[in-house]
This record gives sequence, C-alpha cells and structure tokens, in this order.
Amino acid sequence: MIWQQIVNGISVGSIYALMATGYALIYSLLGFSNWAHGDIAMVGAYIGFFSVATMHLPWWASLILALLGAGLLSLLSERLAYRRIRQNNSPTMFLMIAAMGLSVALQNFVLVTVGSKFKTYPQILAVKAIQIGDTYIGLIDLISLCITIVVIGILFYLIEKTKFGLAVKSAATNMQVASLLGINVDKYISLVFLLAGSLAGLSGVFLGMKYTVYPQLGNFALKAFIASVFGGLGSVPGAIVGALFIGLMEVFVAGYISSGLRDFFTFALLIGVLVIRPTGLFGKDIQDKA
Amino acid sequence: MAGYYEGLFILVGINIIAVIGVSILTGFTRLFSFGNAGFMAIGAYTGAIISTKVHAPLVVSIIGGMIIAGFIAFLLGKITLGLKGDYFLIATLGFGESVRVIIENLQKITGGARGYTGIPMKTDLLVVLISVVIAIFIAWNLLHSKIGRNFQAIREQEVAADAIGIDTAKYKNIAFIISAMYAAWAGVLWAHFYSLIVPSMFNLGKSSELTITVVIGGLGSLTGSIIATTILTLLPELARAAAEYRMLAYGVAVVLIITLRPSGLMGYREFSLKGTIAWVKALFSKKTSKIRKEDA
Repeated sequence: MIWQQIVNGISVGSIYALMATGYALIYSLLGFSNWAHGDIAMVGAYIGFFSVATMHLPWWASLILALLGAGLLSLLSERLAYRRIRQNNSPTMFLMIAAMGLSVALQNFVLVTVGSKFKTYPQILAVKAIQIGDTYIGLIDLISLCITIVVIGILFYLIEKTKFGLAVKSAATNMQVASLLGINVDKYISLVFLLAGSLAGLSGVFLGMKYTVYPQLGNFALKAFIASVFGGLGSVPGAIVGALFIGLMEVFVAGYISSGLRDFFTFALLIGVLVIRPTGLFGKDIQDKA
Repeated sequence: MAGYYEGLFILVGINIIAVIGVSILTGFTRLFSFGNAGFMAIGAYTGAIISTKVHAPLVVSIIGGMIIAGFIAFLLGKITLGLKGDYFLIATLGFGESVRVIIENLQKITGGARGYTGIPMKTDLLVVLISVVIAIFIAWNLLHSKIGRNFQAIREQEVAADAIGIDTAKYKNIAFIISAMYAAWAGVLWAHFYSLIVPSMFNLGKSSELTITVVIGGLGSLTGSIIATTILTLLPELARAAAEYRMLAYGVAVVLIITLRPSGLMGYREFSLKGTIAWVKALFSKKTSKIRKEDA
C-alpha cells in the first residue's frame, strides 16, 4: 500500500517537475514568475490531443508537435510582450501583470475556439499496468516517467556542460555584466523561453493523457509553481526536488488524511515556506528576497 | 425591465467598491495581490452569518465583515509584507486559495462547496449608491492625505521612501488592510444581493479580474479605475453576443496596455470636469485656428 502511494506520488511529481523547471529557468533570468507557463502547457496538451485524435498521428509525433508548438508559443510571448516591457525599464511587477493577462487570454482563447468540454485522449497506449510485488505501475505513467528522466537529464547536460548553459548562468548572475562581456542576452532569454515552453508542452501532454484536457488544465501549474518556490525560486534542482516532494505529499494527504484537504496542505506549505525560509530549499540570491 | 437595470447598477457599484481597494493597493502602493477575492469571501461569509444568525441590520454585517477581513489582513501583512514583490504576490495567492478551500471544508458553518443560502436580499440601489459615495469619499481623501502621499512614495521608490523616514512596512500594511476592508465591503453587499454565495465565486479568476480592471483604468488613477469598472461591467451586458469573448478581450487588453501604454486609460491623472472642459476647448481652438489659417 505504502509503495503504491510512493509510486503514484513520483509519477505525479515528475510531471510537476517538468513544469517547475521552466518556472525556475525563467525566474533565474528575469526575476519574475511566468504565470502564463501553465496555460502554455495547456495549449501543448491541446496540440497533442488534436494531432492524435483528428490528425491520427502516432503518439511520439504528436508529443514532438506539442513540444514544438508550446515552445514556439512561449518564445512568441517573450518576443511580443516581455521583451518590450524589459526595454521600457518598467518595474518587474509589470512583467507579472502581463503574464497574468496572457494567462487569462490563452485560457479564454481556447475556451471560445475549442470549447469548455473535457476531452479524453484516445487510447494510444494500451491501458496496462505492470506489477512489481504488490504495486502496480501504469504503462503511461512508466513511459512518462522515463521520458521525464531523460529530458531532465538533457536539461542538466545543457546547463552544466554546454556554452548555452554557461551563458544562461552568467546572465542569471548579472545580466548587465554578461551583456558587457559580449553575451547576446536577448538571444539566450529567447532560447530559455523556448526550452521552458517545450518542457511545459511535454508536461501538458502527460497531464492530458493521465487525466483529461480542458481549458483550465493550466491550473495544475500552480502546484508546479509552489514546487519551484519550495525548492527555491530560480533553482532547477530545487524545483525538481520540490515537485517530487509535493507529488508525494499530495498522494499521502489524499490517502491518509482527506482528499478534500489535499490542496489546503499544498497552499499551507507555500505560506509556511514563505514565512520560515523564503529562499526555499536551494534558493540563492538572498538579498533580493529578504 | 426596471429590475434588470437596477441589478446592473448594483453590480457596477459593488465592483467599484472592490476595485477601489485594489486600486489603492496596486495602483498607488504598487503591491500586486492575488488575495482580494479571498477577502471578498471572508466579508461575504461573515456578513451572511451575521445577517442570518443574529438578524442584525446590513450596516452591522458590513462593519463586521470589514473588521474581520481587516484583522486577517493585518496578521497576513505582518508576516508577508517583509517579502519582496514576487514573494508577496505568491503569499497572497496561497492565502486566497486557502480561504476558498477552508470554506469548502467547513461544511457545518459555511455550507461547504454547495454554498450558503437564505441570505436576506438587503442590497438595493439606495444601499449601493450610499456605499459607493462613502467608499469614493474615503478613498479620495485618504489618497490626498499624508497616508496617501506615503503610499505613492513607496510606489515610486521604496528605498528612497525609507530613506526620508517613511515607515514603509507600516504603510504597506495599512494599504493592504484598507484594500482588504474594501474587498470585504463589496463581499457583504454581494452576498446580500445574490442571497446565495458559493466558494467558487471567489476564486483566482475574480482576483485577476479586479487587477485587470485597475490596470485598464490606469495604475495610479482612482477615477480611471472607477470609469474602467463601469465600462467593463456594462459592456458585456450591452453587447450580449460578445459576452463570450469578454475575458479573452480583457487578457489581450492587459497585455497590450502593459507593453504599449503602461499608464493605462488615465495614467496618473484623475478625471476632472475642469480638465476635460479645458481639453475640449484646446481641441476646438486648434481646429478654429486651423480654419482661420486656411481663411487667411
């Protein structure tokens, strides 16, 4: 029983982790929380849904399509809105307001074009469960977990081992100095948005397969966001640990205390972290947040 | 159809009171909060319970709701206002959502997710009219007093405000408490207008809607916020066919305004009759001078 809960928790947590890393990447560069991130994931889920259900593409092709679509949307939002706000030298609050507006716009765009009906992914993978001892792992969960691990591995490789990662890290430390040293900061910000959006798109498809697709799917991102706060805003490893923790906590609260109080515990965790240790588990850059 | 238009005006009035609270907080003190719907909920439920259990007059419900919301805002502000921008926003977001979840789970007191019914419908046009006038009067005088100027100093440059001796922590908390009390005021009127309240009325969407209205009206303009509330409440009612696209248009409008004209509809300026007349005169004199030139 307890192992079953742990397996379930990790499977939810890994999806949160895909989104939470996106929050962390963008926060580390621009110092704001991209509220539209969850809605970009939702658009990714719809792209995946339509390419499977109406275009009858194989599941891996629709996964790539969703990944690209969400990534491009995220890139577009940076190019059209956030970049201009940065160039205006507006306060960071304006970035957050723009993101909120974008989130409302995306959600309602889908609502008026596709409709509010819940859509279920067609059975692209057999609903099978693999039995290990007395715990069961769904095939979809297993595949999404494997893909998530591979993707996060690639992400770490990109950040730690490549020129791209070095540039992003230096821009995150000090954007002005980085651009003085000849790093094209705008280009790397765009790339980070593309990367974060793709990860969100991927997580959106997994969420859609696991549950259903609907315009408010982006609200799941709230949990991912709390995970990234818990792990320390701007820290990618922190976001992953936070996401797994929240996934496990939710499953255990729902299983042993009350499923109605599940969200309450998550929000209480958020406020608790903010009050006791606002920098989160792995947070850096304390002066800004004290 | 007198009832329909009366209802429409009551709705505008209630929204104005809630938006004034957000305007003071976001427009004048530059604190971005997602928790105002939570304070509306606290006001609505407190007011409803006072009205149905004690059978007190509406004024008592309003004051009771405002005091409770103000007290909770005071405590929450004490803990969270030390946090900078993003973190404060996140904390209010967590607060707003927790309020909703707590109300849903306190079945015995609040009726849970199915809602609280049987609230006397005491909110009529007269009550709302008086409330709006008092609300605007208090807000206007507050913003033109020392407290209001301190808010604006914090908005422009918090460090500088601190340096010239403004107790920024205290004034930020005052702004937060006032905005919570306005939200609660609107909440109580809301409860006594619909007679039924459901926790999902006071979700994240409601909080965003309030902030959106303030952004469209102009961050830093009380009259702008009031005009924007009136337009945004009436527009979907007058153009029923377009009502579906309402939130989509709001979202797009906010993104456009914040990127292209961050000062919003009115900017830092307030609407005044004198200023408008002067503006119209200037417009006409330009035209007449042009005509004169053409004549010559």
